[in-house]
Amino acid sequence: MAASAAISQKIKESTGDRIFLTVVYTVLILVVIAVLYPLIFIISSSISSPAAVTSGRVWLWPVDISFKAFKVLFSTHEIVSGYANSIFYTAAGTLISVTLTVMIAYPLSRKAFFGRNVLMMVITFTMIFSGGLIPTYMVVRQMHLIDTRWALLIPNAIWVWQVIIARSFFQASIPEELLEASEIDGCSDMRFIRSVVLPLSKPILAVLVLMYAVGQWNSYFDALIYLKTADLFPLQLVLRSIIIQNNSSGAMDAMAMVERQQMAELLKYALIVVATLPVLVIYPFVQRYFVQGMLVGSVKG
Amino acid sequence: MLPKRFLHEVQSWAQTNAINAGTTLGGINLEKNLILNNKPAPRRKGQSWLSNAGKSMLKHWQLHLLVIPPLLFFLIFKYYPMANAVLAFKDYNVIKGIWGSPWVGFRNFELFFENPMFWTLVKNTILLSGFLLLAGFPIPILLALMINEIRGGRFKRFVQLVSFAPYFISTVVMVSIIMLFLAPRLGFANIALNFFGLESVNFLGEPGMFRSIYVWSDIWQTAGYSAVIYLAALAGIDPTLYEAAKVDGASRFQKIRHIDLPGIVPTIVIILILNVGNVMAIGFEKVYLLQNPLNIVNSEIIATYVYRIGLLNANYSFATAVGLFNSLINLVLLLTVNGLAKRITNNSIW
Repeated sequence: MAASAAISQKIKESTGDRIFLTVVYTVLILVVIAVLYPLIFIISSSISSPAAVTSGRVWLWPVDISFKAFKVLFSTHEIVSGYANSIFYTAAGTLISVTLTVMIAYPLSRKAFFGRNVLMMVITFTMIFSGGLIPTYMVVRQMHLIDTRWALLIPNAIWVWQVIIARSFFQASIPEELLEASEIDGCSDMRFIRSVVLPLSKPILAVLVLMYAVGQWNSYFDALIYLKTADLFPLQLVLRSIIIQNNSSGAMDAMAMVERQQMAELLKYALIVVATLPVLVIYPFVQRYFVQGMLVGSVKG
Repeated sequence: MLPKRFLHEVQSWAQTNAINAGTTLGGINLEKNLILNNKPAPRRKGQSWLSNAGKSMLKHWQLHLLVIPPLLFFLIFKYYPMANAVLAFKDYNVIKGIWGSPWVGFRNFELFFENPMFWTLVKNTILLSGFLLLAGFPIPILLALMINEIRGGRFKRFVQLVSFAPYFISTVVMVSIIMLFLAPRLGFANIALNFFGLESVNFLGEPGMFRSIYVWSDIWQTAGYSAVIYLAALAGIDPTLYEAAKVDGASRFQKIRHIDLPGIVPTIVIILILNVGNVMAIGFEKVYLLQNPLNIVNSEIIATYVYRIGLLNANYSFATAVGLFNSLINLVLLLTVNGLAKRITNNSIW
């Protein structure tokens, strides 16, 4: 069936179309190479020997494979603590964000909820206008959140876009009739949420968890402005200080001067791999949820 | 390994939903979600506004209780800062606090407009986002049109999977990668230049290179992601149109020109409005990380200036005024573009 369809298509394809398709395929192959090459290069470099990296002998595949850089990384206090912090921020932040998002999105999706239109406008307005960096900073300071872990979990806990997506989902997939029926049976709103809404909303919960988790794992700005104690820093901030500001950490103190510079270079590649791998490894498995997240609201609102 | 149902799902989602949904953004019907639902439901005769409210509150008190924490979040972290923005019209004094500090009217704004940095900041901000818009806007559309030409198969899924991936790389890692590749001595780009017998270039130290580096790395990172929205819109185009075109003997290019493009125009317009509306709101994070004393002439934008003046130099009132100016311009731009789009194409966000 598929084969015959392919053959019939081949016959119908005109010369112009075939040239056109060839161009399209060529461009797309180039796109794939342009995206993949830097990523492969970095992974290869991170597991090559320091000398091979600094002398430019690594082009595509690893040269003189060694995992030295990773050993050094995982014996460095800064990085281990940054990693632990990032895991904590991602887990706790995602939990808080998803809970709050559902708490506001579900009521906003119910017709019986009084004031939902005004509330929706109040929320969406924050998308197009904000008080700005300094006024927000002052509020966080007034709440005594500066230099505490809460500063990364609370001030940006809810993203309006996520509320809109979740609300559309609830509107579309939890029909009002279901609510009315359960009301007749004497079911309270909380009970309804627990036993009907949440079990039926796994796809949207997956989307919310993923979006918030990736956002939290990748963010550095809040940490930059709200945190001062190094022990609280998430991995991204540690990364910034080592790679971008080029503060070679205490990691290299023990090493001989000769190796030092080469190792410093190599560590940068290894750090990038360590910070990105968790996301990129999970990504192929969850990609469809992300795409759904972008399309999920399409069910008639 | 590859999510096999991915393509099928995108298409079925979009096909079942986007075809007759009017103006859709990646299938998300903005108009409906944001606006139409905001119209109050028609009230039955004899029921007053107040009794409606009372009834709803009584019957659904649990729902009303539920929204209190998120609502507090918005009030404290979104609306309270808006009120705090009066700081822009005051001379902030730590002891007296925001509300106790003396009013100075528009003096902070005047100071900013008279500042020699003013035109540099505005120019840098607009040029950077203008360049990003010009180069970054059409590429995802082209990418989506090309991916859409491949009918089914693993290659299509593979291209989508790969081109989408860099979206998940954090800003810090992205900038780290840029710096490693463009490093003056050991960077990949310079090793390649030397290989071809060319002189090394200190890419990040050249002010003239800053915008190109920013824009092209941004496209590398987000083009695949942005293309998904257009792919969804393309999947929603009525298949009978293609059949008709086939009967008429249209070439692939003609199909793109006369079916695909007109089919995604509403989506294109919406994305364009959102992009133009955000011209002044260009991200602080990446610019700040790419900045160095050598390229600062071109890389200092309003957002990074606010951070430097406000948080590093603790000049709160002035920085707030600069930030407020930026937000206002942005709001005006968004409204203007939205209004224009409504007139010209009948597509708008609200």
